[in-house]
Amino acid sequence: MSSSHLITRRTLLAGAAGTAAMAGLAPRAAHAAGVTIGFIYVGPKDDYGYNQAHAEGAAAIKSMPGITVVEEERVPETDDVEKTMESMIQLDGASLLFPTSFGYFDPYMLRMARKYPKIQFRHCGGLWKADKDPMNAGSYFGYIGMGQYLNGIVAGHMTKSKKVAFVAAKPIPQVLININSFALGARSVDPSITTRVIFTGDWSMAVKEAEATNSLVDQGADVITCHVDSPKVVVQTAEHRGIYTCGYHANQAPLAPKGYLTGAEWHWATVYKMFATKALAGEPLPNFVRGGLAQDFIKMSPYGPAVTPAARANADAVKAEIMKGGYAVFKGPLKDNTGKQVIPAGTAYPETAIQLESMNYLVEGVVGAIA
Amino acid sequence: MSAIETILVAMLAGCLRVSTPFLFVSLGECLTEKSGRINLGNEGALVLGAMVAYAVSYQTGNPWLGVLGGAAAGGALGLLHGGLCTLARVNDVAMGIAIMLAGTGMAFFFGKPYVQPSAPQLPSIPLGFWSDVPRIRSALNVSPLFFLGIAAAFGLYYIFRGTRMGLRIRIVGDSADAARALGLPIERIRLFATGAGSALAGIGGAFLSLSYPGSWNEGLSSGQGLMAVALVVFARWNPLACIGAALLFGAAGALGPSLQTVGITWGYYLFYAAPYVATLVMLIVTVAPGRALAGMPGELSIGR
Amino acid sequence: MTAIELQQAASLPAPARDADRFYPLRRAAEAVVFPLAALVIALALFSVFLLALGKSPGTFFWLVWRGAFASAFSLQNTLQRAAPLLLTSLCVAIPAQLGLVIIGGEGAVLMGGLAAVVATYPLQTAPGWLLDGLMAIAGCAGGGAWIGLTGLLRTKRGINETIVSLVLYYIALAVFNHLVEGVLRDPASLNKPSTYAIPPQAHIPSLFGTELHPGLPVGILACIAAWVLITRTTTGFAARMTGGNMRAAQLQGLPVQRLMIGACVLGGACAGLAGMIEIAAVQDRANSSLAAGYGFTGILIAFLARHNSLAIMPMAVLLGGVGAAGGLLQRRLDLPDASVLVLQGLIFVCILASDTMYGRIGWFQPARGRA
Repeated sequence: MSSSHLITRRTLLAGAAGTAAMAGLAPRAAHAAGVTIGFIYVGPKDDYGYNQAHAEGAAAIKSMPGITVVEEERVPETDDVEKTMESMIQLDGASLLFPTSFGYFDPYMLRMARKYPKIQFRHCGGLWKADKDPMNAGSYFGYIGMGQYLNGIVAGHMTKSKKVAFVAAKPIPQVLININSFALGARSVDPSITTRVIFTGDWSMAVKEAEATNSLVDQGADVITCHVDSPKVVVQTAEHRGIYTCGYHANQAPLAPKGYLTGAEWHWATVYKMFATKALAGEPLPNFVRGGLAQDFIKMSPYGPAVTPAARANADAVKAEIMKGGYAVFKGPLKDNTGKQVIPAGTAYPETAIQLESMNYLVEGVVGAIA
Repeated sequence: MSAIETILVAMLAGCLRVSTPFLFVSLGECLTEKSGRINLGNEGALVLGAMVAYAVSYQTGNPWLGVLGGAAAGGALGLLHGGLCTLARVNDVAMGIAIMLAGTGMAFFFGKPYVQPSAPQLPSIPLGFWSDVPRIRSALNVSPLFFLGIAAAFGLYYIFRGTRMGLRIRIVGDSADAARALGLPIERIRLFATGAGSALAGIGGAFLSLSYPGSWNEGLSSGQGLMAVALVVFARWNPLACIGAALLFGAAGALGPSLQTVGITWGYYLFYAAPYVATLVMLIVTVAPGRALAGMPGELSIGR
Repeated sequence: MTAIELQQAASLPAPARDADRFYPLRRAAEAVVFPLAALVIALALFSVFLLALGKSPGTFFWLVWRGAFASAFSLQNTLQRAAPLLLTSLCVAIPAQLGLVIIGGEGAVLMGGLAAVVATYPLQTAPGWLLDGLMAIAGCAGGGAWIGLTGLLRTKRGINETIVSLVLYYIALAVFNHLVEGVLRDPASLNKPSTYAIPPQAHIPSLFGTELHPGLPVGILACIAAWVLITRTTTGFAARMTGGNMRAAQLQGLPVQRLMIGACVLGGACAGLAGMIEIAAVQDRANSSLAAGYGFTGILIAFLARHNSLAIMPMAVLLGGVGAAGGLLQRRLDLPDASVLVLQGLIFVCILASDTMYGRIGWFQPARGRA
């Protein structure tokens, strides 16, 4: 793990951040040999999805000498999370905190970061801004849309009905990037493929997710993926209906031994090990950390037995291109599904492009709408 | 298929898939309320039943044993609620909420090891064998628990109408004074009705974990157990009407996703709330001021 | 808790009062002893549960003490969690004086919070105190109207208030989500759909430089005011008389319908105010975090307090303490979050069951009764 791939923006300010981080950590390093790191999850640690992916990352650093991990699950996105952070600082002596849910950032984590300037806070998501947010805070995220693009390529090869499907929680940019990447991946194989999307409106709603999956299968979709907190229900329902699935968040292959094609998984161990190593060494922690497949922030599930050699070859080739860096899934001319041009010809947004983080459209070929 | 047909097929399928837990919980709640007691704890019985059913099915490899386990777990929770409410001055509404918390807590706690494994599922009956249309075939893949639920509804109807036991439950529920005059063991009858009611709720939970969506995790129930209280009012404490009410709630639940598949994407939150609006409208239209709801047991604490 | 009993004692025939001057005190003691004994039993049961799991109950008690009460931070943590519950409990306790069982306070929290945010929309530059006043009025109006509707349906159409308030909660949640993710959404709230934030000058800061939740004094004042209203005014007396025997109250010519609607509006206003404070002091904008379950916990607290507005305060602190200690239990005893649910369930079941003990032990009864 080298720091060369850590994409830090606004370099000038990042220098200042480094100094602040040093100042924050130095006294602690002088007193104690170890570092206590707190992880906060919004749901259960074993949800086969978002929270489990983070908990697996946390588990990967538990065995590092000098590191103590404290964890708390099912912490709501209210001032409860402030108190949890504070409790970890005051009662457990934590000096580095990872509140992993999106809604923890504003105002809760920011408030705590201002109150405890000597403690380091890193939030999972794309929100930290060098020009207005505290320097002892920061954010990290992975370009998981690339994984959904590869999912889409495999799905594009495997679909017979030329209809693939996506069960989504809410029409927010992170979800839209995934839907659009999946759709573009499928269309890169065959432009006639359509992607149907249903929004359940909530991050964890088992019966609605099952209903949405069934509804999409009834519409003729034969490959499905999702972006909800726990893909367990979607994957199991799809397997039950005898269609293919692409996973998300974590590896769901055991749930669908026949239909699981591949999946876009987080690999947070990379990020947490990096932060833990730096914290132990007393080095400044980067404020703005991003990475994709090449940086091992995300990974693909091993191909399932059903995946054809052609699909593997295509996905592997694109993956190799992505690993080289600079690969753009979103490039002009690109129209949304109402026919409006959203990216002009000649413009390309690679995974690092900030423009993608405020996506508010569904691309051509997606059947569905943002309410 | 036209959009209308698509929605209709989806709603039919949704009816058959989503309604079963509603049916069991509402029948259970109906039985309990008929004896003059309300049990908001059936949400807890549903979740605990779902977890136990999944665990038993996984451990034994037999999903039907799982259903029995779910019923037993729900029943045990119901007996606890019933037993505590037997004590003088203990409020059944509040105790129900406490039982709901305790039940879900235990289910989440002891269910941790069962989130990851896949348990054997209940088989379904392929009633759509005659059709060539895959979506109709799949829509008519009906769980045997659905028919068990319908049978239970008819059974309860018969018990209330035509048996001594049913008559006793109804008397106890309608007037404790009358029951006392007849020398009926009021508390024992209520205890039995609460336990049996929660056992039915437990079977509803078993359907969630072993049939549809057929999985165990902590987000499995979206409040079906609480909603049953509204559903029973909707059904006017009539077990046969519970079938209709459960089917309607199931269909309304399927409305949101199916509307999106045909391109109506506006306001899905509002469509998801359709069953509640229907209940409210039904109440407003059919209840006359100044008299109790027809069919409502007179001893019910929420009626006094 | 003693006040109602005192009032009742005062209304006893004079000879009884003279014969047993210490009876009021003993009745007050009864109301303290039983819940405390029930709490001890609940903790004993939970200790057995812990022992069965191979955890030490001793450690558990020490952690609860440390996490909930032992330091200024822990105490603040407890009080902050108790603050919103004071107001939502009143939403149950006030209508309960008339025998109404309202379980839809959560809906009033949502409607109150949303109304409070909307009230600031046209007046972005107004002074903070004015905005806060408007927000409070809007919050009370929103919550009051929502539960008032329940009261109206109960009195005018005879529909059961428990069921209507529950159904109205589900409808409130749908309307809230629909508006927050629809017309009221701030387009800049990318990944967590929210309304526009309230103007910064409207944010209510913590009290006197401490971390105390501004909802705390409001909640305490509201509880005391409710107590005065219920026990010291004619309206309160009429309400309690109606709750005791509606027929008799009607025969006495009391305005039963108006009292019922009034109690519902007042209770709903309290819950709506809780929503407004949550927005103005904590969250700054309305989003799904507002549906944190304060309304539902309030039901339990009101019943634990036997609908006595003064007893709501210690019960809310008890619940806040359990919440505050819960995180430490997860981190130190390696117990899942669900163990806190089990503990809460045990406490509730035991205290509610202890209601049956009232009047059963002779020492607590009037001397005449014992003779």
